[in-house]
Amino acid sequence: MIPELGHFSLILALLLALVQGILPLAGAARNNPAWIAVAKPAARAQFLFVAIAFGALAWSFLSNDFSVINVTRNSHSRLPEVYRFTATWGSHEGSMLLWTFILGMWTVAVTLFSRHLPDDMVARVVGVMGLVSFGFLLFLLSTSNPFLRMPMAMDGSDLNPLLQDPGMVVHPPILYMGYVGFSVAFAFALTALLSGKLDASWARWSRPWTTAAWSFLTIGIMMGSWWAYYELGWGGWWFWDPVENASLMPWLVGTALIHSLAVTEKRGSFKAWTVFLAIGAFSLSLLGTFLVRSGVLSSVHSFATDPARGLFILIFLAVVIGGSLLLFALRASQVGLGGRFALVSRESFLMVNNILLLTATGSVLLGTLYPLFLDALGLGKISVGPPYFNSVFVPLVSPLIFLAGLGPLARWKQVNVPELAHRLKWGFGASVVAALLLPFTQETWQPLVSLGILLALWIAVTVVISVRARMRTAAGWSANFYGMHLAHLGVAVTVIGVTMVSSYQTERNMRMAVGDTVTMQGYTFRFGGVTDVTGPNYTGARGMLEVSRNGKPLTTLYPEKRVYVASGMPFTESAIDYGFTRDLYTALGERLDGGAWSVRLFHKPFVVWIWIGSVLMALGGFMAITDRRYRTSRKKGRVQA
Amino acid sequence: MKARHKKLILIGVVVAALGAVAALVLNAFQSNLVFFFSPTQVVNGEAPKERAFRIGGLVEDGSLRREADGVTAHFRITDTAQTIPVTYKGLLPDLFKEGKGVVAEGRMNSSGVFVAEQVLAKHDENYMPPEAASALEQAQKAQKTVVAPK
Repeated sequence: MIPELGHFSLILALLLALVQGILPLAGAARNNPAWIAVAKPAARAQFLFVAIAFGALAWSFLSNDFSVINVTRNSHSRLPEVYRFTATWGSHEGSMLLWTFILGMWTVAVTLFSRHLPDDMVARVVGVMGLVSFGFLLFLLSTSNPFLRMPMAMDGSDLNPLLQDPGMVVHPPILYMGYVGFSVAFAFALTALLSGKLDASWARWSRPWTTAAWSFLTIGIMMGSWWAYYELGWGGWWFWDPVENASLMPWLVGTALIHSLAVTEKRGSFKAWTVFLAIGAFSLSLLGTFLVRSGVLSSVHSFATDPARGLFILIFLAVVIGGSLLLFALRASQVGLGGRFALVSRESFLMVNNILLLTATGSVLLGTLYPLFLDALGLGKISVGPPYFNSVFVPLVSPLIFLAGLGPLARWKQVNVPELAHRLKWGFGASVVAALLLPFTQETWQPLVSLGILLALWIAVTVVISVRARMRTAAGWSANFYGMHLAHLGVAVTVIGVTMVSSYQTERNMRMAVGDTVTMQGYTFRFGGVTDVTGPNYTGARGMLEVSRNGKPLTTLYPEKRVYVASGMPFTESAIDYGFTRDLYTALGERLDGGAWSVRLFHKPFVVWIWIGSVLMALGGFMAITDRRYRTSRKKGRVQA
Repeated sequence: MKARHKKLILIGVVVAALGAVAALVLNAFQSNLVFFFSPTQVVNGEAPKERAFRIGGLVEDGSLRREADGVTAHFRITDTAQTIPVTYKGLLPDLFKEGKGVVAEGRMNSSGVFVAEQVLAKHDENYMPPEAASALEQAQKAQKTVVAPK
């Protein structure tokens, strides 16, 4: 009964999405206030029914309704309750429903926080989002219905053990908040194209939405990286895996977009470019969603197993991306290019920032899609490994980070180069000296370490100079200003983490019998053997590793090797001692003869800085949103513009 | 300097920078592509001698043997037509099992042993790496075409 309720709700939501997608857009075009007024109630009603459907699916999982195929495939009666709930979006169908649900949340948020916007503008934004939602609902109902039934099964085949983790409870929703959040920026961009109006107030309205989406995406990617680190048992934090690349691409374009939006708001420049980036960020979000959730990545042949699904995705992508780019080509000239600026100015720095970010995106896109294309065309199987991405990213991102220090101190329109050089020479000199010397505190001096430290220190120094300069003036609190600097500091912190762990991590794989000790980077690990453990839906072995430093006991780590009962899947659960300047990472390999085990040990300097920095970036973004000027009234916005 | 000249310089700089970046990206791309070969192709000498590549198929039953250090493994990868001996130092992934699909990345050494730097097995019990699946498929097709003319 409940699954049918969910199914009917989805159908009603589909119809409402159609109304929401057509009437307000038509009303805005023909200046019909009655049709425009449909936007808000239609969006809210649509969200209500999507929410009912989502609730129905969650209820089916929580109540172990194994007559629903989706539940049988992705859950198990002995699965802990919280994972039964998260299994709701553990499958392709469920994650598409979650996507639509979050799209509804963003749309309702737009209807709630847009009282100061002109009605026709809200109608267009909500209308575009309704069309996107219609596409997703149609996809769900026609090819990926999560409520399909079958004769009652005895029990489910369990959720993939990798997903049975607290990190997976929050990671997908947060990541989707980011992906889907770019739909608001996309809708604003299409609104500008449709109406031909793109002024400073347009930029000021779309900025907080874009920054919010970007901040969520940052947190989502950060959680995915951290999860991969502790859950996959290999100790890596980024693998340049297509799944990761799929989330990195919209993030890179989104980063370019929030910078370009700043220029559009402050200087009225980069207008068409900003619109283009907004389309790009959302298109890559869509591409990422489908790449990850349609199964194309694990095998291009999965298109063949469900041709309807693959065909729908291709058509949907073609309509959304092709349609919006066509609109862009037709209407971009109306939007205009914007004000002039000098060769050396904050605008030109931000332009280089955008070019570098887009080039980075392009190189990730090439490395991710090229193997898929070759395979799909039957031209052979290749893979593009981490060395490619690493060798491309270091030279692209280094100047980008250097500019992140310089940009906030540069004036709009034209930079007085001698004056800026004078202000920064001591900071730059000190960063260079410190960057050259600091690596000597480690065992080896490496040029890349110096580069990383230089970039991080450079950002830190310029942030201090910039903040001090502002405090000396009478300018008051600006959430936007301090948010930006916090985010830039986050970049510096992440750079330190990446640099240190890439250059100085130590790994040991070895056989350890009970009582064996091994010393690594001053830490001594003593293997105390294994004991049996039994979890709710798994059995396994728990190893004991006593860690000491200079003879003083520090901690005891318990890495596990589990076998999940329902799926029979073996699984490595690592044990980590987290620290501010180093992590100690342990994982069990296999049982060898005579009670010995193969064991994997890592010493990872500064690895948590990678995620601390990402959190600072996101916090900076959230802080910037609270800026007062994003809440100025319609009238005031016009006067300022 | 006139505004037009400045604009020209700007465009020139951007074009030059983009050219340099494109060269960098394509060069890195070219030198880091890893190609995939099935055991049959390796035996036929199609795989590169100097470069790393990927090999895939099934882990042959009964072929896994560990050295006394506990972390050096020897096994054979087969596509049912040909087999290639592989050696790997490190912890094998959870789903590595005899008779199951596997993909390894590494190089051939002078004595015809594939020295793997990485062994990949995806995180799903019933999942067959697509590379491994296609290696098996090709080998089966090849055998059929040999058998058929009789």
